[in-house]
This record gives sequence, structure tokens and C-alpha cells, in this order.
Amino acid sequence: MTAAQLVINEIKGYHRFIKLMIVLTGIGAVAALARFVFGLGATTNLNDMYPWGLWISFDVVTSVPLAAGAFTIGVVAHVFHIKKLEPLVRPAIVTGFLGYSLVCIGLLLDLGQPQRGINVLLYWNVHSPMFEVSMCVMAYTTVLTLEFLHPVAERFGWHLPLRLLRTLELPFAILAAMISTLHQSTLGTFFLIAVDKLHNLWYNPLLPLQFWLSAIFTGLSIVIFEASLVHKYMGQPDESDLLATLTKIIPWVMAVYIAVKAYALAFLTHGPLFDRPVLLALFLAEVIIGVFIPFCMFLTKRIRTDKKLQFRAASMVMTGLILNRFNVSMFGMEQAGQKVYVPSVIESLVTMGIISAHILFFVLIAKYFPIFEHHPEATDYTIPDHFRKIDKEHQVLGAAHEA
Amino acid sequence: MSTTHIDFDKTKSFLIDTTKCTGCRGCQVACKQWNQLKAEKTVFFSGEGYQNPPAMSEFTFTRIKFRDYQKHGQNEFAFYKEMCMHCNEPACASVCPVGAFHKTAEGPVVYDDKRCIGCRFCMVACPFGIPKYEWSKAFPLVRKCTGCYSRIKEGLQPACATACPTAITYGNRSDMLKEAERRLKNKPERYFPAIYGKEEAGGTSVLYLTHQPLDELGFKQVTKRPLPSYTWQALRLVPGIFLGVGGTLSAITWFQHRKDRIRREEEFKNSRVTPEQKEDNE
Repeated sequence: MTAAQLVINEIKGYHRFIKLMIVLTGIGAVAALARFVFGLGATTNLNDMYPWGLWISFDVVTSVPLAAGAFTIGVVAHVFHIKKLEPLVRPAIVTGFLGYSLVCIGLLLDLGQPQRGINVLLYWNVHSPMFEVSMCVMAYTTVLTLEFLHPVAERFGWHLPLRLLRTLELPFAILAAMISTLHQSTLGTFFLIAVDKLHNLWYNPLLPLQFWLSAIFTGLSIVIFEASLVHKYMGQPDESDLLATLTKIIPWVMAVYIAVKAYALAFLTHGPLFDRPVLLALFLAEVIIGVFIPFCMFLTKRIRTDKKLQFRAASMVMTGLILNRFNVSMFGMEQAGQKVYVPSVIESLVTMGIISAHILFFVLIAKYFPIFEHHPEATDYTIPDHFRKIDKEHQVLGAAHEA
Repeated sequence: MSTTHIDFDKTKSFLIDTTKCTGCRGCQVACKQWNQLKAEKTVFFSGEGYQNPPAMSEFTFTRIKFRDYQKHGQNEFAFYKEMCMHCNEPACASVCPVGAFHKTAEGPVVYDDKRCIGCRFCMVACPFGIPKYEWSKAFPLVRKCTGCYSRIKEGLQPACATACPTAITYGNRSDMLKEAERRLKNKPERYFPAIYGKEEAGGTSVLYLTHQPLDELGFKQVTKRPLPSYTWQALRLVPGIFLGVGGTLSAITWFQHRKDRIRREEEFKNSRVTPEQKEDNE
């Protein structure tokens, strides 16, 4: 059998859902190609009134916090040293790695001159939030790629890089948190310049802090969301006991978020809050569904520890976050009496393709690499004695020292 | 993009007295000619009122807006020239990740199309909605009024100011402000008592005098604070936060791993076992 036949046979064996994801990803890729052939103006519903549309609102502003699970769980497991949570780290890193790679692709699609993206590194403007986010996203994508090399090295038995990566696990977790803190919050800083454009319900100087806090509790919720789905559909062990540890942490962060948001709304806004009924409804939906209800749910022990209900609460947090980022970057930016922006078919297909690509690659990576069955104490980090330079006893000693 | 070294009093500025504007649109034509901008196919009344084209675009850097109103039972027009305000501290320059915009010492805010990566943050940031995009192209750039920087460097006045028969005065910003205040003082009945652009967005190189209240003419209400300061108040904290988070997390790590470290050391001290046995115990 040729290699192509092997691949085709392999794909034929996939579940129908995966095949659907392949098709949607393909459609998204074709739609993305159309953007380069026909131009932004012809393929999107963007115009001078709405220079940023779905691709910025979802593919960048929303995807980045949705990929925050990697750094939050990294901090919880490695920095706070809650060792039992380590099995949750690797799937989160894969999600983060895919998420950020796709953010880069989304950003390049949206740029008018993607071939000049490198200019960000050549001409620094430290006053620009966009400069800061670009630098952070590049740096963090690199860190995530290195972290992702861990299962790859394990899969192919590259022991030397594996040992190196194992040593770097903790420094990387700290570095990831440092970089993420910057760009998660700076995504909020983006909209501080829109001082007379973004509606007062969202515009206040603490927006960056709110973006950062919501990224943290959403990141942890994503880990719950993902672990529950993986347990249900991919036959992985039930981790709800581990997840219950996370559900104990989440309400603390949410409480701080609620306090900051309430303070900002009460004391730091200028101008009318309740003049636009539609925006008010969106704001209430975001706060009630996305924050208050899950907050109360996570506070209740019975819900917190229940497999089904913790999944539900986590999904609500995610919904709330998505709505919040759309409110800030899209709905809240629309001026009263302006024509409402609706994404074009091509814009929607590309975004759908990006979401499908994420799911597809996650499932495929999980299929071919040791993502879930990772238990650090069971991994062999010894350097194989290819040249028989070390005798048996020494090798065991080395292993014991490493462990 | 630092603009601190620029003496804004000496920057060249437009004083546009809309009470003297006749709506001839000579400025529009001159702008198109000097900048070699394509004509747009337009129809009357496609936007609000008489103005044409209906909006500024990649092909239209300036345009006269028309406002109908009634005076002594008669229909009258008021005009307002829309163009880049050439802010003292431009939002577009501060948000651009590659620094493609900068405020020149002469006054105009200019754009370097060689640097632009096309992120369109300038369009989101501009409080006056000035930068426009080449939506018609596959690899578009931003277009906006250049303040005729190339003419000013040669000692000429901008094309629109040269073409205007009545309303535009061009000169140093401090002189233009003095002139505007003189007109307000001498003919208070003729003018609405404000100079638009004196303090808007921290001060601009385009100053307007009007007869009607500003909002009636369609002037945007804009903050008096320079816009870059809104983002800078957060961005200036970045290095501190970066190191602070790193330091805090390192300290927490050291503390949280302490127990493990102590346990391991104790074990090692107390152990009389051979390494092989130790591995079995773990």
C-alpha cells in the first residue's frame, strides 16, 4: 500500500463527526483563499464604519481568552504545586497551542498586508496595545509550541529533549503566566482608545483588569468543559474529582471580577448607562448568565462536585465570556442609528473553519500522541544508552536521581 | 512616535471659518487633483442632505457637509469642511503597532504606507473617523488627508487652503488661535462661542469657527484629553506587571515546593538504603 492509501484508509476509519470537521475545515480554507484572491472589501461586510468585524471579535479577542486554560492550569498545577492536577495540564496545553496557532492564522487573514507582519518586529511602537499583543502572542505561541513538543518527544522517544522539557516545565509555566497576563489584559486596553465609541456599560479604565480576571476563570472553566467532553465522547477517565478542585478556585476569581466590575460601573463610568435598551439587555445577559448564575453554582458544594452540573456551569461561564468579548468589540462599538454590521457568508465560513480545525486537530493529536494517559511519574526520562557507554548500575542510579 | 519635542504653537494649522464658507467645494476638487484621487461615481441625495459624495473614502480625503436650516422663514445652508484634524497627539499614531503614523514638527500627521501591515487599529482609534481603507484592493492600505505635507515642506500652503476663496486661513497654530479669538470677540453675534479643535482630543491642527451650535452641524463631541493617554495609563504598567507576576509566581513556587524539598532532603539524610531500594520506595 502506498502512503496515500494508508492515509485514506486511516481517514475512512474516523467517526462521522471527525469527517464533518474535516469538510468544514476545508470549506474554511477555501473561503480564506477567496479573501486573498478577491480582497477584504469584496469578501467581507467590513467597511469604513466597521473596520473590525467577526475575525477580530471572535478569532482574536474571544479566542485568546478561550485558550487561557493552558496558562491557568499550568499555574495551578506547577506553581501552586497541586500535583494531582497534572493530568489536566497536557490537554490544556494542546488546546492552548492550537488556539494560539489559529489566532495567528485569523490575525493574518484579517491583516490587509499579512506579508508584512514581520514589520511588528522591525518597527517597535511601545505605545501601541496592538504591538504588545502581537509580541506576546508570538512569544507565547513559541512557548506553547515548546510545551507541546513534550508529548511529541514522548511519542517518538526523543529522550534528551524530553529531559530538557521536563526541567523547563516549571519555568515555562511561570513564563506563560507572565506573557498571558500582559496580552490578556492588553486586549482590554485595545478598547480604551475607543473612548467616545464603546458604550459606557463596558468602557471604563479597569477594562484591562476585567479582561485578565475573566480570562483566568474562563481558562479554568475551559479545562472543565474540555475534560467533561473528552470523558463523554473520547472514552477518557472521569476526572470530576480533580475538576472539583478547580471549581473551588473559580468562584474566588469570579468574586474579584464581580467586585471590580461593580466598582468600575458605579464609580468610573462617565455618561449614561441605560440609554440603549438592546445593549442593556446584552449586558444583563452577559452578567447574569455568564457570571452570577455560574458563580452561585460554583459556590454550592453539591453542584460543584457533580459531574453534569460542573460542566453546565463551566459552559455558562464560556458563553458569558464570548458574549462579553462580542459586547466590547462589536455590539458596544456600534453607534446608535448606524447600520448594523452582520458578518458575510465568507467571514462566517472562515470562522467556522477555524473552530472546526481546532476540534479536528485536538481529536487527531489526542489520537496519535500521549495527551491523556500522561502521568509524569510513569514516564521514562532516562537517556538511552545507545553507545553502551554507561553500565547497567549507573543507569539505574541516574534514573533514581532524576525521579 | 513621541511628539513631546514638537512645539504645537509653531505647527501649521488650518483656521476654517464655516460662516464664510460658500460651499463651492473648490477644496474638494483641489484635494482630488493634488492627491491624484480617482473620481467616485455618485448620485445626489445618496447620503444625508446635499453633500456629495455621501461619505469620505479612500478616494475622498475632504468634503463639504451641508446642513439645511431655517432663518427668517427661509431655507439656508450651513457648511462644514470634513478632513483629518491633524491632532497634536494623534490616536492613530499611538495605536499603530508599526508606527506608520507620526505627527510632523510642521503640523500634518503623515502615514508611511511602506510600514503599514493593515490592522486597521487607526480606524478604530480615530475619534473623528478619518482614516479610510482601500476596500477595493486585495492587499489594501490606509488612506487619509496628508495635510499636503509635500507642499508645506516646499513652503506652499495645502491644496485646499490655496483653492479656498473665503473660509480657510493657514498659519502657525498660536496665530490661528489668536485670530479665531479675535473674530469671536469682535463679532459675537456671528459666532457660536467655541473654537472646535482648540482642546478637542487634546488640541488639533484644524480649528473651526461656526455660527450654529457644533452638534447641529455634525461635529463629533470628542474628549478634551489626548487620546493616547487613555491607553498609556494601562500600557505604562506593562513592564512592572510582567516582572511583578514573574516574581510573585517564582516566590509562590519556591514556597509551595518547599515542603517537597524538605521531605526529599530528610529522606536522603535518613536513608540507609541503596539507590535501587530507594526507587522502589518511591
